[in-house]
Amino acid sequence: MTTTALPDEFDRRLIIATQAGLPLVPRPYDLLAEQLGVSAEVVKARLAAMLESGRIRRIGAVPNHYAIGYTANGMSVWDVDDAHIARLGETIGKLDFVTHCYERPRALPDWPYNLFAMVHGHDRATVLAHIDEIAALLGPDCRRHDVLFSTAILKKTGLRIGNDG
Amino acid sequence: MSRPAPTSLDELDRRIINALQGGFPIVDEPYWEVAASLGTTETELLARIQRMLEARVLTRFGPMFQIERLGGRFVLAALAVPEERFSDVTERVNALPEVAHNYRREHALNMWFVLATETPDGIEAATRRIEADTGLKVFAFPKLQEFFVDMRLKA
Repeated sequence: MTTTALPDEFDRRLIIATQAGLPLVPRPYDLLAEQLGVSAEVVKARLAAMLESGRIRRIGAVPNHYAIGYTANGMSVWDVDDAHIARLGETIGKLDFVTHCYERPRALPDWPYNLFAMVHGHDRATVLAHIDEIAALLGPDCRRHDVLFSTAILKKTGLRIGNDG
Repeated sequence: MSRPAPTSLDELDRRIINALQGGFPIVDEPYWEVAASLGTTETELLARIQRMLEARVLTRFGPMFQIERLGGRFVLAALAVPEERFSDVTERVNALPEVAHNYRREHALNMWFVLATETPDGIEAATRRIEADTGLKVFAFPKLQEFFVDMRLKA
């Protein structure tokens, strides 16, 4: 995969200029270029390069999932055989109702689960039906599982770099 | 933090949300290009994005940085908070700028948050600080493998 490298000074300034959002003006890259003292061509080329290298996942909108009707959000957690987790994770990650899927360490004895899959749905029944689909796919490779529904968002800000506050 | 009620979105709002979850063009007049593909005007598109951001239907619009490829770290962590201390502990945990998201979940581990730091060292420091401030053990679940991440949801 792509190697991790610290952003150079220009990329860092570009991140700081856009982390609150892309300007809502007809020529947003021109405006960023003006703020950063470079040409729009440089801004567009750097953004394209960061997309290409995976430093930017995508340029786009993040909907608030509650606001668009996905009011049930279940973090499903699974205790699967370590030897098969790569194959199982790929399978579960491909499901269209799974928005994040990771292998994470167990914390025994309190926490036996090593595969996490976030499932969103319009209601709990839908999420639980999706959980059943995952369980069926994992079959005997899964020893036990649980689903943790969220009942409140306590904080949601995202990462901010380079600010003093 | 309150949840916005499912807002009344019309058909064009939903098409805009779905279109903006794809690749936004890197061209001189990207809003014009997206508007044309949706059969609307640039002015209307910009006004609707603005309105949906203000109403928090959209939490943000712009480049989504993969912070780990930029040297930073994200770590999911959890606490088992005694019910009578829940609001106090929430306040203490949320006070840390490194805490990017925090959710209450139904489980003995009932508080789940994401620590986000500009460098890997910051995670350890934030974890120790939360343990000192709350007297509770932080369960850290750093990701070992990422199989899929895409927050796209059809509106």
